[in-house]
Amino acid sequence: MSGIEIAMMIGGMALINLAIRWPVYLFADHVRFPRIVERALAFVPVTVLTAIIVPMVLYPVEGGDIQLSWRNPYLIGAIVAAIVSWRWHKLMPTILIGMAVFFAARWALGV
Amino acid sequence: MNDKTQTDRTIWSEIGRGLLATLPVMISAFPFGLIFGALGIAKGLSPLAVMSMSLFVFSGSAQFVAILLLGTGSGLGVIWLATLILNLRHLLYAATLVDHVRHLNQIWRFGLSAWLTDETFAVMERRYRIEGDAPYAHWYYLTSCLGMYLNWAFWTFIGIVLGTQYKGIEKWGLEFAMVVTFIGIVMPALRSRPYWVAAIVAAVVATLGHALPFKLGLMLGALAGIGAGLALQEIKRRNAASEVA
Repeated sequence: MSGIEIAMMIGGMALINLAIRWPVYLFADHVRFPRIVERALAFVPVTVLTAIIVPMVLYPVEGGDIQLSWRNPYLIGAIVAAIVSWRWHKLMPTILIGMAVFFAARWALGV
Repeated sequence: MNDKTQTDRTIWSEIGRGLLATLPVMISAFPFGLIFGALGIAKGLSPLAVMSMSLFVFSGSAQFVAILLLGTGSGLGVIWLATLILNLRHLLYAATLVDHVRHLNQIWRFGLSAWLTDETFAVMERRYRIEGDAPYAHWYYLTSCLGMYLNWAFWTFIGIVLGTQYKGIEKWGLEFAMVVTFIGIVMPALRSRPYWVAAIVAAVVATLGHALPFKLGLMLGALAGIGAGLALQEIKRRNAASEVA
């Protein structure tokens, strides 16, 4: 992308963010969400973030084959991080332990 | 907390408490900012562009996805659409907090909405739930916003400096930090069966669709997951209602 396109990308993203975040407060005296929409939006973080990371973990090489094996350090690190997070609900230990296991697995497997 | 301490609180006391409550999430956001800065440089963006994203977009997940999409050669439209979908959750955040900002003037409302993040939402939702409202509670809110903002900008800058000095930083596997950070956000959010089903459906559909152009697998996965989770939740709700009836 050219410099102008990058600037357009950033400007557009900033405007889109504002267009989502601002109106509810701006029209605070009038807004009321339909219940069904509120309930659907509650699923957004969980689904979007999962949809981003799972293919990254299973396809560590861009354009490569799926790697559903213990020789995939991304998969090992992700599984350990998920267990740590599920058990203790703490972000920092999840990040640190997940990264440590990932780097250890990469080193041990020589990949 | 009794009502007396609430109404007696000065602006400075609200600012101090807001900072104290926000410090833990600032610490947990720092590797994210650092990695964003380094990854942006590794993906070939200029330091100015990377810094501008953190200063003007100020949305971690959208910023990460944008540089990821840039790497796959996606167009502007796809990146904007991803930003839109990724940030739809802010409608829910705003809907949850709006009762506490309704009395403020439009300048305050603008600032408190533009600077809202997942982390500040979590801090403020907890504050209002546990301590209730107070005359200067919006200073607590503003402090939390600014703490997150300055923290994000500072660590993006450090990441840019490191990313510029160490070439090949993208081969260190730093991208994996995004994976573990998102895992650390998602796992505690899986609070009932519909959320588990939503996440699993999203994962399966996104994986099956990973080769689709323009990261459409991501969008399809998210929409399928939302649909599945919502459907299951509604079925449970109706069953519960019919049992009561």
